[in-house]
Amino acid sequence: MGANEFLFLLTGLKWTVLLSIVGFIGGGVFGLAIALARTSGRPLLERITAGYIALFQGTPLLMQLFVVYYGLALVGLKLDAWVAVAIGFTLHASAYLGEIWRGSIEAVPKGQTEAAKALSLHYVWRMKDVILPQAIRISLPATIGFLVQLIKGTSLAAIVGFTELTRAGNIVSNQIFQPLLVFGIVGALYFLLCWPLSLYGSHLERRMAIATR
Amino acid sequence: MNYTLDFTPVIEGMPALLMACLGTFGLALGGMALAIVIGVGGVILRDSKIAPVRWLVKAFVELIRNTPFLVQIFFIYFALPLAGVRLDPTPTAIIALGINGGAYAIEIIRGGVQSIGKGQIEAGLALGLHKAQVFRLIVLKPALRAIFPSLTSQFVLLTLTTSVASAISAYELTSVAQRIESDSFRSFEVYGTITLFYLVISWVMMRFFAAISTRYFSYPVK
Repeated sequence: MGANEFLFLLTGLKWTVLLSIVGFIGGGVFGLAIALARTSGRPLLERITAGYIALFQGTPLLMQLFVVYYGLALVGLKLDAWVAVAIGFTLHASAYLGEIWRGSIEAVPKGQTEAAKALSLHYVWRMKDVILPQAIRISLPATIGFLVQLIKGTSLAAIVGFTELTRAGNIVSNQIFQPLLVFGIVGALYFLLCWPLSLYGSHLERRMAIATR
Repeated sequence: MNYTLDFTPVIEGMPALLMACLGTFGLALGGMALAIVIGVGGVILRDSKIAPVRWLVKAFVELIRNTPFLVQIFFIYFALPLAGVRLDPTPTAIIALGINGGAYAIEIIRGGVQSIGKGQIEAGLALGLHKAQVFRLIVLKPALRAIFPSLTSQFVLLTLTTSVASAISAYELTSVAQRIESDSFRSFEVYGTITLFYLVISWVMMRFFAAISTRYFSYPVK
């Protein structure tokens, strides 16, 4: 494998990172809305968001990408593969992050909500200043765990035809006929991306376990 | 928006799609069985007296859990023939699913074993229980109960992951759907339909595991 091929893999890596960041930020924004709706105490909102979460957790990510990709084309939106895939990952991440954050919001002791209500704090301030800061802390290990999951998941964009790291690997491997070397390097690049995050996540988890003991 | 949905290819392909569900089911069952074997074996080896063996197990778990399944299945697909093993895509996919699931199973099962306090085993022996009874009643059942929720949700995830095996054209639902799609160009209809299939499959699995859980593990803790 020459320098050119390796540079091509690095370009793929760049798209993997970009796609993960876009999916995570987009998913974070919508996920927060879903978590808030899921814990809003309004039966209709809670049931709709519960269904949304169940739909995404009960189907393969690959199918979600296919359906979003072809579904957007079907309603007449001529979108770039990049945009379609980014929308797919945003929806996927919003369901998972919504569920993780719902759990963390519910894990904040009830007394906190009651105290905030007793101080007649409005819902917005109660969430922004009392509940969410604590919920975010609780959710951090699981959130980072999902980020790793998401980075690995972006590899499926290769099947839809978006040239990120895995598809770049496919292309290079077809050119130089050394699939083991190429996918070994591709795997190593993913590992370098994910492992530090995983270590950080389990470090936080341990620290929190000690704190609550 | 002047597209009319046409489900004719889906309806015509329905027998093939339903048969392919059995393929998905087979991949999932094979993958789960292999994952349990690797999981139990890995937990035993992880406590080995030989340090390099312990390191190898840890490295295996970290390596698998921090790389995408798609890359793993490609790697295994190309590595097996080089190692002199010639297998069809479907058994190859089962091996890849088992290895991937096994790494997660090691972590989950380890947590279950650690959750059994030494004092409990000693108490069982002090009450005059036989060693086999202690293992069955005091170690195995509570440990199974402790790991059951995470292990089974990992299994549901593994079942959904079988769709990725279509990348090496193993026989399962997604690859059959891809064939129908490339013949008919009714992408949305085909993939929308099998997405519902997957939803039903994972829902049935979750119901099944929940039923087992209430049947065998719903006794009070204290």
